[in-house]
Order: sequence, then C-alpha cells, then structure tokens
Amino acid sequence: MFKRIWKARSGYLFILPKYILFTIFVLIPIIWSVFVSFQEYRVFGTEWVGLLNFQDVFHDDLFWTAVGNTLRYAVIVMPSSVISALILASLINPLKRGAQTFFRASFYLPTVASSVVISMVWRWIFQTRFGLANYFLSLFGAEPINWLHSSAWAMRSVIIMAVLTPPGMGIILYLAAMASIPESLYEAATIDGANRFVQWWKITLPLLKPTTLYLMIVSTIGSFQVFDQVMLMTQGGPGYATTTIVHRIYNVAFRDFQFGYAGAMSMFLFVAIITLALIQSKVLSGDVEYKG
Amino acid sequence: MRKLRASHIGMGFVYLILITAAVISLIPLYWVFTTSIQQPEEVQIMPPRFIPSVISKYLPLRLSGDQESATALVDGALESYRLLFKSTRITRWFTNSLIISLTATAGILLLDSMAAFSFAKKQFPGRDLLFWIMIGTMTIPGQVLLVPLFMVVRELGVVNTPWAILLPQLSMVFGVFLLRQFMMTIPSELIEAARIDGAGEFGIYWRVMLPLSKPGLATLGILTFTSSWNSFLWPLIAVQKSEWFTLPVGLKTLQDQNLVNYGLLMSGAAIAAVPMIIIFLSFQKYFIRGLTLGGVKG
Repeated sequence: MFKRIWKARSGYLFILPKYILFTIFVLIPIIWSVFVSFQEYRVFGTEWVGLLNFQDVFHDDLFWTAVGNTLRYAVIVMPSSVISALILASLINPLKRGAQTFFRASFYLPTVASSVVISMVWRWIFQTRFGLANYFLSLFGAEPINWLHSSAWAMRSVIIMAVLTPPGMGIILYLAAMASIPESLYEAATIDGANRFVQWWKITLPLLKPTTLYLMIVSTIGSFQVFDQVMLMTQGGPGYATTTIVHRIYNVAFRDFQFGYAGAMSMFLFVAIITLALIQSKVLSGDVEYKG
Repeated sequence: MRKLRASHIGMGFVYLILITAAVISLIPLYWVFTTSIQQPEEVQIMPPRFIPSVISKYLPLRLSGDQESATALVDGALESYRLLFKSTRITRWFTNSLIISLTATAGILLLDSMAAFSFAKKQFPGRDLLFWIMIGTMTIPGQVLLVPLFMVVRELGVVNTPWAILLPQLSMVFGVFLLRQFMMTIPSELIEAARIDGAGEFGIYWRVMLPLSKPGLATLGILTFTSSWNSFLWPLIAVQKSEWFTLPVGLKTLQDQNLVNYGLLMSGAAIAAVPMIIIFLSFQKYFIRGLTLGGVKG
C-alpha cells in the first residue's frame, strides 16, 4: 500500500496546494458550521448551549419576517426568471447569427455589470422625486410612488428590479440547449404537418426539461440568498420591510456578533435550500433522455 | 440549426418584443453613464434628461463658435468624476480590486490546473474519494458558511488584510471541476508520448497539458476575474478598513456617505462597470462556454 502511494506521489503533489487551501477555507468551515450553531459566543470564551440557538430561531419574529420577505421574493422572481429566459431564448433562437449575438449580449450585460452597480442605479431610478420610475408613471398620469421608503412598496421595488433584470444565464443556457436539439426532429414534425407552435410545445419544451429543472433549482437557490440588492437599495428597511434571510444573518453575525445564533439561522437556510432543490428535482425530473 | 419560416408580420412582432426587452435590459446601465456625465444641475430635474447636454449641445456650440460655453459644458460633465477622484479613495479601491482579481485569477489557474491534471490523468490511491469530497462541497451555498469562514479567517489573523478576501477565492473548487472535465478529453497517448521522450511529470503538465487546455483556462480565467471583481458580501465582511476596500465595498460606503449625490454615485458605478463590459464584449464566447460547461452538462 505505502509502496503504491509512494510510487504515485506526484499525483498527490499536484493536488496538494489546492487541497490545503480547500481544507482550510472550505472543509473546516463546513465542519465548524455544525458546531458554531450549538454554541454561544461571548467576549470571554464560548459556551455550549445545545439546541438553544435553534429554539430561538423558531421564536424569533424578525427571522420569520425575513423568511416571509425572502419567500415573497423567491415565489415571484424564480418563475419569472425561468419563464422570461425561456420566452426570450425561444424568440432569439430562430434569428440570424448576428442578431442572436446582439440580443444575447444585451441580455447578459446587466449580469456581468455586478449586482452592486445594478442595485445602485435602481436605487436612483426608484428615487421618489426625480427617479425614472416615477417619471414613467407620470407619463400615464399616475401618482408618484414612494418606492423604497414605504413599507408597502419597498419589497415590491426590489422584486420589480429583479424581474426587470433579464436572466442572462438562463437565456444563454436555453440557447445552448436549443442548438443541440437535432434538426431531424423538426423536419419530421413539419412533414407530419405540425405548425411551429405545436413543434415548440411538443418537441422543444420537453427536450429543454433538464435545462428548465437546472435553472429552477439555481434560481431558487439564488433567490433564497438575495442580499446585495437589499443591502444597497434599502438596507433591509424601512423597518424590516425588506430584510431577507441572508441580510438577517449578516446583521446578527457581523453587526451584533451573535455568531452562534447566526450559525443556527444559516443551518436553517441550508436545510431549506437543500429541501427545495430536492423537491424540485423529484417533482420535475421525469424520464427525459436524449443525446445532445 | 433550425430556421423558422415566419411571416414578415410575425417576424416584426418578434423583433418588437426583443427590442423592447433589450431596451429594458440596458436602460439601467445607460442611466449609470448618462447620469455620471450630466451637468451637476441637470441630474435631479423633472422631466429627466435622456441625453446629457454635453452630448446634445456640445457640437452645436462648437459649430456656432461659442468655444467658451462648449468648454464649460465638458467641464460640467466631468464634474462628478473630478469630485469622485478628489474626495474619495476610488483609485485605491480600484487598484485593490484589480490586484486581488488578477492574483485570484492567476492563482486559480495555476492551482486548479495542477489539481485537475492530477485528477484527470493520474492514478493514485484515494483519487476518486478526494475528488468527490471536493465536488460534493459545491452543493453548499457560500452564504451558509459566512460565519465559520469568518472565524477561520479571524483565527489566521488576516482579517482586514487583502488575504482575507483572496484566500477564500483561491479555495473555490469550481475550476478544478471545469478543468478536469476539459482535460479528460485530452488523449492520454500524448502524455505517454511525452513520457517516452523523457519528459518529467512537471514537464508533462507544463508543456503538454497546459498548452492543450488553453480554451478551458481562458474560460476559467475570465469567469474567475469577473466573479472576483464583482464579489460583494464576503469582501464587505472580511475588510473594514477603507484602505483595503474593494471597489464594490467602496461604492457601498460611498453611497452611505453621499445618499443623494447621484452624479457622484453613478460615476463610481460606471468605473466599476466599465472593465466588466469591456471584458464581456471582447470575450463573449468564453462566458458562454463557461456557463454551459459549468451548467447542465455537468
């Protein structure tokens, strides 16, 4: 055994630098995350408190407000991003190469431009007196809305921004998947007299199912971790109207320094995300198999 | 590729939808740039000015011979940027971001390609287990590990230094996965041939694998640079000293201090966005390959 390991030593040496970093900054935090949530951190040392942090999480109204806000966001943003990616990709796919490149770039640019930049400009767009959003409303004779500073509208504003920012990644993945669907399927359907919508409905859509499933899971996970937008547009306010789960974790951990409690909330978030991802893949993964 | 025979009306309708969507998509970025070069007094006006006066009025003024007003117009357009560079540490933050992102990219390319080479082409006891441990952690969202990661970084005593931002980025495993997938497709005969020619293990890695992996490396490099440049939450936690802020964190504090100077804020946002836009437009195909490689096919 040792002889075999020694003979293959160069294999270990090549992975060693990466594995050291991976162990310190990924593996240890993962293991530590379990212990953190059972402890309470004080200025002088830590104390093992068992399940107390988890009990607190369940009785913490603020945490449930954050869960509610996050759910509101996810329930709208996840479907809207998957559906709009599907529609936009379906419209782009038949176009000529040049037009495809142009639209793909237009829809992907906001994604590369960083959520910080996009959130900052939307805060300006939502400004009450001089913002673009209220100017746009005024064109239709509507009253200005106090977007980010009223508890009724703040969360809606964050959601509107997310819905209006195109799902760049989804569009690109759908386009790649559509390009790999064999042409012969459509030719056969045309011979059978199926029109384009029927072809899209009966051929394209079913074959895109793995991509749809992947996007739904990724987008759900993303929605549950929404933070940057909230931090930059509303700071979780007014009051706690836009506090999301990760924003709550951030504040509890790095403003109040209650690491154990924040750790317990992180665990809750992790379990929620994994559960949702599993449910989605169980419900949606059928027997779609084809060689791309 | 499938070509749809659409009627002209149908095609016109498709373009109408796509162009409307593209306008909605690009307006925020357009607004960043126009706001940043508006005259200070034209930023907050109703109705908003969609074309900054420096663009709409400069040429007419020049042509009518009013050199002085034209210069004043350019001066006013640059006012936000002048204030940004004079009153904030934007140059410092930009440099920090640039150094950290470049180092992260170079480091990731080196470390991940070495590990990927070993996982893809070498035989050693425990290889698959070690690989799957690594890949298994990819399912855990980073936000969940903020607290324990912070504690690790604090134990190491690197909080408030660039290392606190850089080291966790260097530890991400996505690149190992991506490059291993890529290197699996390189024929092992090439390695054998090089070995017969007397190449050592490092020579094989450096002179055979790396050159053949160029497309994969380019994809990973661009993805790493972008995500490092844009990362916000972890740098916000890891560094509280303004001298080590990255650009996104700096912009956040800028916003906290200048809540209503939108000209200033948008000029800062523009400086953060421009490098990404240039990189994206120049290397579009690598972005697309990176997304599709890391996505469904995996």
